[in-house]
Amino acid sequence: MIELFAYLLSGVTVGFIYTLVGLGFTVIYNSSGIINFSQGEFVMAGGMSTVFLLYAGLPLGVAFVLAILITSMIGIVLYKLISLSRDSSPISLIILTLGFAIFLRGLAQVIFDKQLHTMPSFVGDGAFEIFDTTLTYQALLIMVVASAIVVLLYLFFKKTKTGQAMVAASNNVDAAKLMGINIKKILMLNFAISAVIASIGGILLTPITSTNYEVGIMLGLKGFCAAIIGGLGNPFGAVAGGLILGVLESLVAGYVSSEYKDAVAFVVLLAILFFMPGGIFGNLKSQRV
Amino acid sequence: MLKRFTLRVLALLLISSFAVLNAKDTIKIGALVATTGSASFLGDPELKTLQHYVTKINAQGGVNGQKIELIHYDTAANPKKAVTFTKRLINQDKVVAIIGPSTTGETMAIIKFVEKAGIPLMSMSAGVSIIDPIKKYVFKVAATDRMACMKIMQDLNRRNLTNLALISGNGGFGKSMRKECKAIAPNFGIKIVADETYGKKDSDMTAQLLKIKNNKDVQVVLNPGFGQGPAIVTKNYAQLKIKYPFYQSHGVASKKFIQIAGAAAESVRVVSPPVIVANKLDDSIANKKVALAYKNEYEKTFNSDVSSFGGHAYDAIYIIVDAIKRAGSTEPSKIRDAIQNTKNFEGVDGIVNLSETDHLGLNTKTGMIMLEIKNGDWTIVK
Repeated sequence: MIELFAYLLSGVTVGFIYTLVGLGFTVIYNSSGIINFSQGEFVMAGGMSTVFLLYAGLPLGVAFVLAILITSMIGIVLYKLISLSRDSSPISLIILTLGFAIFLRGLAQVIFDKQLHTMPSFVGDGAFEIFDTTLTYQALLIMVVASAIVVLLYLFFKKTKTGQAMVAASNNVDAAKLMGINIKKILMLNFAISAVIASIGGILLTPITSTNYEVGIMLGLKGFCAAIIGGLGNPFGAVAGGLILGVLESLVAGYVSSEYKDAVAFVVLLAILFFMPGGIFGNLKSQRV
Repeated sequence: MLKRFTLRVLALLLISSFAVLNAKDTIKIGALVATTGSASFLGDPELKTLQHYVTKINAQGGVNGQKIELIHYDTAANPKKAVTFTKRLINQDKVVAIIGPSTTGETMAIIKFVEKAGIPLMSMSAGVSIIDPIKKYVFKVAATDRMACMKIMQDLNRRNLTNLALISGNGGFGKSMRKECKAIAPNFGIKIVADETYGKKDSDMTAQLLKIKNNKDVQVVLNPGFGQGPAIVTKNYAQLKIKYPFYQSHGVASKKFIQIAGAAAESVRVVSPPVIVANKLDDSIANKKVALAYKNEYEKTFNSDVSSFGGHAYDAIYIIVDAIKRAGSTEPSKIRDAIQNTKNFEGVDGIVNLSETDHLGLNTKTGMIMLEIKNGDWTIVK
């Protein structure tokens, strides 16, 4: 019983990490209908910039803010690239994000380096002891921040005018334009928000997993799975997807074999795509059409 | 019109004959290093080392009066690319010897091509399968993962620990070392009582470690792997307050590991090539001078901590240079014969004695040493 609890806790910790990455997919999909495969690289950019700003001697708070700014700039650059080819089909735009991801990885190798880097945990290295296992302060912080971001996003999309404009823009671009919504601004804001969420994720993750130029590949994939499982476009879907994925992986590693752990993510993804193409949190697409 | 044409042909001929003359002036040595991709932490120090020492050798007058020309390609740890570049090195660049590749998988992929072309290969990767069985033109400089396993098992015997739990990364390095350790464990009377793995990009290994923690048979734990995985395993290990002694492989034998794992790395034992702690080695160790000189020069030149991987590159280039000097020729087959006759070569990785039956030539006793992390630094376990 205690074992089960420990596996669940470990799964939830990892699940929230996937959630943080998955949220970025959700935000961009929500406004543009595009899946942004550079999301993992945004996470990397956030973590790596913070580490190197810290090396440069900046205080933690300043490094934080700067790293988030840098990453949101990267998000805006990606948007500019996409808006240049706005008339292309979604497939070519998705491929564009893939290319951008490879570009960012290459750039990180040149600007930073190929080594692993870490930074001290900002809430201390301690941990809560629960039964036979532990929950580190940093993991708890990730859970709290991820939850806060989800709630904020939800409120933003539901309650604010800008948020509603974003949803409107994704539902029907022409109608939104006619309503006087500045589509370009809205989309740019979206890419920036998504990059900000990713960079916060990258910063929070670094003390736990450490970071390097290619840390975004696997994170991006798992975050994408989380977003798809939960249902693209819904912030709560990203949470559900992330948690399901994390807990399943941990249970499989604990009870079956750690060899099959990674396969789980992709089997679940396939199953969801077959039986619930809209993800757990519903048929967003059909609602929109 | 015709005149112009003949002139052009003449000019071309002239240029190409210059090129041939030039080519004769240099000794072309090929290098396949993974400077990008998943093994870039191997390829990066390797290439830096090769370039630095080739420049140095040339500045000192080269080899037998000829300068060395290093032709290197980035394989990105991809065996297919390694094969393509091997063919290019052999057919187009006409190199006389090849250094690398950085990983075992790549090396195995190119062996048949160097064997066929008769070009000596000095691999920098760890897998024992590269030189066992012996291939005529294939040599290697890095200690094998089997030697690392032996060193660990000897240490376990000394501490009277018999029940070993493995938690291995699922990358090539982790897989290969796991296999070697499992294969030789019975020779040392050691029982593998748990055998867990993790993905090399995973962010939490608590589940696997809990299984090990709750396994009452376990006395000691070993984590073969490299990159971020072992650092996370080490952190999780400390968080779960697991009390068994903990061993790490030579995959983490660099200062970086201590930095990343932080306080959790305290009292972890790491099997390592000696160069990491060259300044702390006993003066009785025969290759101390070379190892220490390399460590100091690397750290001064590149302003980063020395890793064992760059040391392999040092040994590879100097063994080849030494062989060319002794052979007095740049004929690949003669270089190969001279390499095989290398005796008492003082390298960063140890004293190298190559022969017809041994294409690695490192002594098990000096090829690897056991370290323990104390107060954030290495101490040598005697």
